Amino acid sequence: MRNRFTVLIIGILIGAALIYFLRPNPPGWEAAQTGASSSIVSVTTPTATAPAATGAATATAAADSTLAAVKARGYLKCGVSQGLPGFSNADDKGQWAGIDVDTCRAIAAAIFGDISKIRYSPLSAKERFTALQSGEIDVLTRNTTLTLTRDTSLGFDFTAVNYFDGQGFLVKKESGITDAAGLNGATICLQTGTTTELNVADYFRTRNMTYQIVAFDRNDETLSAYEQGRCDALTTDASGLYAERLELKDPSAHIILPELISKEPLAVAVRQGDDQWEDVVRWSFYAMLDAEEFGLTSANVDDAKSTPSPEVRRFLGLDSNFGSMLGLSNDWAYNVVKLVGNYGEIFERNVGKESQLGIPRGLNAQWKRGGLMYGMPIR
Amino acid sequence: MVMKEQKAPRPVMFGWSNPKFRGVIYQLLVVLCLGAVIWVMAATAVENLHRLGIASGFGFLNQPSGFSIIMSLIPYSEQSTYGDVFIVGLLNTLLVAVIGIVLALIIGFTVGIARLSGNWLVARLAAIYVETLRNIPLLLQLFFWYIGVLRAMPKPAASLEPLPGFFINNRGIVLPSPYEASGFWWFSGAIVLALLIGAGLRIVAHRRQKETGQVFLWIRISVLLLIVLPLIAFVLKGAPLHFELVVLSGLNFKGGVHLIPEFVALTLGLATYTASFIAEIVRSGIESVARGQREAAQALGLTKSQTLRHVIVPQSMRVIIPPLTSQILNLMKNSSLAVAIGYPDLVSVFAGTVLNQTGQAVEVIAITMAVYLVLSLIASSFMGWFNTRYAIVER
Repeated sequence: MRNRFTVLIIGILIGAALIYFLRPNPPGWEAAQTGASSSIVSVTTPTATAPAATGAATATAAADSTLAAVKARGYLKCGVSQGLPGFSNADDKGQWAGIDVDTCRAIAAAIFGDISKIRYSPLSAKERFTALQSGEIDVLTRNTTLTLTRDTSLGFDFTAVNYFDGQGFLVKKESGITDAAGLNGATICLQTGTTTELNVADYFRTRNMTYQIVAFDRNDETLSAYEQGRCDALTTDASGLYAERLELKDPSAHIILPELISKEPLAVAVRQGDDQWEDVVRWSFYAMLDAEEFGLTSANVDDAKSTPSPEVRRFLGLDSNFGSMLGLSNDWAYNVVKLVGNYGEIFERNVGKESQLGIPRGLNAQWKRGGLMYGMPIR
Repeated sequence: MVMKEQKAPRPVMFGWSNPKFRGVIYQLLVVLCLGAVIWVMAATAVENLHRLGIASGFGFLNQPSGFSIIMSLIPYSEQSTYGDVFIVGLLNTLLVAVIGIVLALIIGFTVGIARLSGNWLVARLAAIYVETLRNIPLLLQLFFWYIGVLRAMPKPAASLEPLPGFFINNRGIVLPSPYEASGFWWFSGAIVLALLIGAGLRIVAHRRQKETGQVFLWIRISVLLLIVLPLIAFVLKGAPLHFELVVLSGLNFKGGVHLIPEFVALTLGLATYTASFIAEIVRSGIESVARGQREAAQALGLTKSQTLRHVIVPQSMRVIIPPLTSQILNLMKNSSLAVAIGYPDLVSVFAGTVLNQTGQAVEVIAITMAVYLVLSLIASSFMGWFNTRYAIVER
């Protein structure tokens, strides 16, 4: 008996010691250190007392630099949607395509010069934020609306807006509804966990219209509920409506109402606090915008290397070291354009004229053509 | 005599040789270790959330939600708070669970007894019911009810009307809602009176049977009273119960009680699925009572129903209740599959929508888990109490 007791006591002591040494720094720990003395501040972890803690701290520091982690891992992890034609959709061969997918490819091209080094995580609206917070993905290139709440309370930073959208309604032609005012008393299907849920509530409430919401977790369930008559209307971002209409049995029997009831800037999100990674993501996208403005396409970018234009030469990394400032190689922008294309190319092939969706450029045209797409100067 | 005076050494109260004391110490240590582990985990979570700049804490429960919910048992609007959303979701979960459990018990006991029926057809039908439903995954059954049955109904404008005022369409089931006129209290008073008389009769009947051995058929008389008394009150007071008429206006029905198809599908799916397990539990319980018991009861001259009531059921209940408890718990937990068919239960609106709008996954999931834990503990402790009532009392 006495023997077992001794073993138990020793075990508990070891356990308590482990808990003490492995415990994370409690909040306010650093503040207390700062208050003590400036000489101690530089020594973040006293090595002599807790060797285990030093290991943990180094690991965190390495994980904090997403760019280093991605390079070391050898591939990029992007969060995309579970299937939204034009934005991110896997075809019958398992190849992903869409604006969001190409935005992710641009980042991979800038980092690796290779767009195959990507692993896609298809995420539902509900899963996407936790996936980014937990580090399951490096960057969220999934049609996600930039809002103040998401920017502040989720621990994210939104980098660039890759599509300017607005929320609309899809209704059956035979219902006779031609504008949003006709939706009074309607039952509306939508996907849960999105800003659309809040916009619908605001829109109907300010107009004193009654409505019912049927909210589903998955996109395809929402669509089938609408198609089979559970709801009078389907609501989501207008681009999504164009895409989903194609999946209906008879697309011509459905119309998209003219009203857009909200602003939906769909933006690329990264975890807050890693400024270098944020820069890489943002400038990979701006590179596509600038390329369109310079008239560079995936087809002519090789010829452009002999151009005398100083801004194009800077862009291509011929007379500049912008790449190293981002932590990338100097031909990063060249790789983006060569492997993915400029913004006009990806827009037209995924959602525009060359696609089945046929969405006009509208707000997503270059700023010189009346749109909102404005590539920041690379210099 | 000498032996008697020689006392055994007095046990040391707080010594290590006292097994009771040792036990307490061990338990304390386990609790302390567990507490330390939980504390470390919580501190880590808070620290990491803080470091990543993610909001934490329960303040969000007081913020307005800004979205609407299709079905709510309490007044709810877009201005209500996330805390209200939690209550709406909880009540919707409880509603499905309670109705589902009642239905499952009724169907389960009926089918279970039917499987033992002497009638070949009835027994086979019950067997088919059990074997089919318990071998198909519940999620598929929910989709069957929701998409296969309820979606296939006609549009609101072409609703089925099996009874006047009752409408079935692909938006759900619309029933006329009753509302009371003056004199309704007489009607409900009559029901209460009939119930009271029934309870009184039961006491009298039991006492008389104990004293004289004569059987008094109190159940039949009480049922008769329960029908006749309210009927008299109803007729005398000129039918004080009215029904609100349901009218189709614009896109939907106005007035009446609206049962949304998500609710109907979930309740039916859960009840029929769980009932198939309950049926088997009931059958095994009844079969566990030895044949000799039945024969002995017959030899004593008990009628068939007396045999069932006083001999078979009390003994089979001891076998039935423990596994029944786990089926009831299963039904409650399975109700979270609601999210698949869009029914606004706790998981769907709280652990789904609220989680996404606020992004506070840790808090929301912790609350949701705590709710399911508490509900399950309440249900199982109730069933535990019920079980002790039926347990064998040794005399």
